[in-house]
Amino acid sequence: MSRPVDPAQDWAGPTRPYDLLKEVVICVIVVTLLTTGLAVVFSSPDVPQITLSTWANSKPNDFVATAATELDGTSGSATYGAPYNDTKDAAMKLGPLELQRWAGVTTRVDSVNDFVVRPLSGVPGAPDLTTALDQWKAADRTQQQTWASAYDDALQKATDQDPAQVAAGDYGPVPVMLTSLLKMAQSGGLDGALLTQGQFYRTDYTRPLLFIADGTYLEDRAVGEHLAGEQWGMMNETGNYPGQAWLWLYTLWYQIEPFKSSGNADALVWGLMMLLTAGFVLVPFLPGVRSIPRWVPVHRLIWRDYYRSQRTSSTT
Amino acid sequence: MSAHSAGDAPEMWTTRLRRRAVDALPPEKLLPDTQPSYVASWTYLFGALTIAAFLVVLVTGVVLGAEGPQWWHVSSTGLFLNSLHLWSVELFMAFMVIHLWGSFFMAAWRGKRALTWITGALCFLGSVGTALTGYVIQQNFDSQWISTEAKDGLNSVGIGSFFNVMNYGQMLVFHVVLLPVVVSILVGVHLLLVRRRGVVPPLDAVTDEAQEVTS
Amino acid sequence: MLALPSFVPASAPVDLNHPGHYLNWGWVQISVANVVVIALMLALFALAILLPFPKGPRR
Repeated sequence: MSRPVDPAQDWAGPTRPYDLLKEVVICVIVVTLLTTGLAVVFSSPDVPQITLSTWANSKPNDFVATAATELDGTSGSATYGAPYNDTKDAAMKLGPLELQRWAGVTTRVDSVNDFVVRPLSGVPGAPDLTTALDQWKAADRTQQQTWASAYDDALQKATDQDPAQVAAGDYGPVPVMLTSLLKMAQSGGLDGALLTQGQFYRTDYTRPLLFIADGTYLEDRAVGEHLAGEQWGMMNETGNYPGQAWLWLYTLWYQIEPFKSSGNADALVWGLMMLLTAGFVLVPFLPGVRSIPRWVPVHRLIWRDYYRSQRTSSTT
Repeated sequence: MSAHSAGDAPEMWTTRLRRRAVDALPPEKLLPDTQPSYVASWTYLFGALTIAAFLVVLVTGVVLGAEGPQWWHVSSTGLFLNSLHLWSVELFMAFMVIHLWGSFFMAAWRGKRALTWITGALCFLGSVGTALTGYVIQQNFDSQWISTEAKDGLNSVGIGSFFNVMNYGQMLVFHVVLLPVVVSILVGVHLLLVRRRGVVPPLDAVTDEAQEVTS
Repeated sequence: MLALPSFVPASAPVDLNHPGHYLNWGWVQISVANVVVIALMLALFALAILLPFPKGPRR
């Protein structure tokens, strides 16, 4: 007489001896050897960090153009919305949900003062700069905005975005401020100033990173290394190193419509992935999904010895 | 009444906990020296290989942590340890996914094993999160790019300020302390559940009374 | 001032720091390195299922 095995009951059928501890120890030895071999043969990547200094020296025009957008509030970070600032309609939407905005401005970044005015205020022995900063601080917000926008527009129109080619106009202290900021960056002084913001101990790189990411230098380098979003970059590593293959499904959505051209892509993809992740965790409860092992009978191969022995014993 | 037990004192929390623990995981289940005869495939090795890789990840991580986060940039031994850490992570993720494939096709959640599947899935997700924090604390070009990109996804659902990938200090603590603790606990629970329920029997397994071992 | 690494690491026997090789099929783009990893994983899984497992003594 045979009856179906209840998988919830302890197995009462035939067993064999099994050395659990030995198996684990052997696995640890094997994995250690494998890891060591891979590390010796391939090492690991360490593409050096870029600094504001490398950026300002390699692409000074892009640096100044970016700084101009920080001053007139049109940069990526200045128009980001929550959690950095209150930009209207900046938040991504997931259908009716505006989770980005609802979380609030909890890491306030003031692109004008954090990225330009405060770092410049610490520069000693530069009378032109002191005069320019005094002029800037004495003006009201509307005047500051007018100067900054006018200069940004003119810079966009200049050949190669070269500050030296900017048409004459009323830009107030902006040209002097931005030239000084460039010099400060090229000398390495801005890296420290952006990070510390006048403090001693700092471990939060939000401001230097936001500023660097507002320019094109970081992104151009990333595109060169196939790390950009539309290049399946989330899965990739610099050089020929394997990357994060397990992120294949997350990055896949960004390559296809409607996500590819949506302004809410990040929110939409996150929403979709959270749904799929919940499904993954709850597979045992999903009808259909939990039946796939029956329809795709890989198990008949895995347990072929058992099934063969069942057929043998049932015919005896 | 033995000197080591309060005898019949079931209202004591300690006694109750001990009895429940021993009932769920008697020594023969915790450290078995037999396995069902249907456990006869190389696929069963990938759980142990995943654990082994996890141990190498932890040990190499401890060395890297002990020397401080700048070490691997300035020392060839440090770079070698970093390489060990990177490749053990690649092996860890690879073995874990292969273990997942096998467990899925064996429908290993059957027979009150749903929680085993769930904790396993959470281990995977926790590992992906731990890997992200690892990538952003490298303090090189990679981490500059990854953090400024990852922030967008996190901000889009409102958690980017709480979990700020550009906040190096926070990410370092998440990677070195908080997430390894969470993942280790998940791995521990997952392992205990496997020991408690045993390896899932084959689909459509039948038992022959003559075959049953009565001991 | 440019930021230089504090030491220049010796080249590994197989130097993977050269520009990456990528494969393209329509909208799919994947690195050779990742393809190798995924292919190895699939091969390992297939081998694990197909290779005969030594049968120990039964109790």
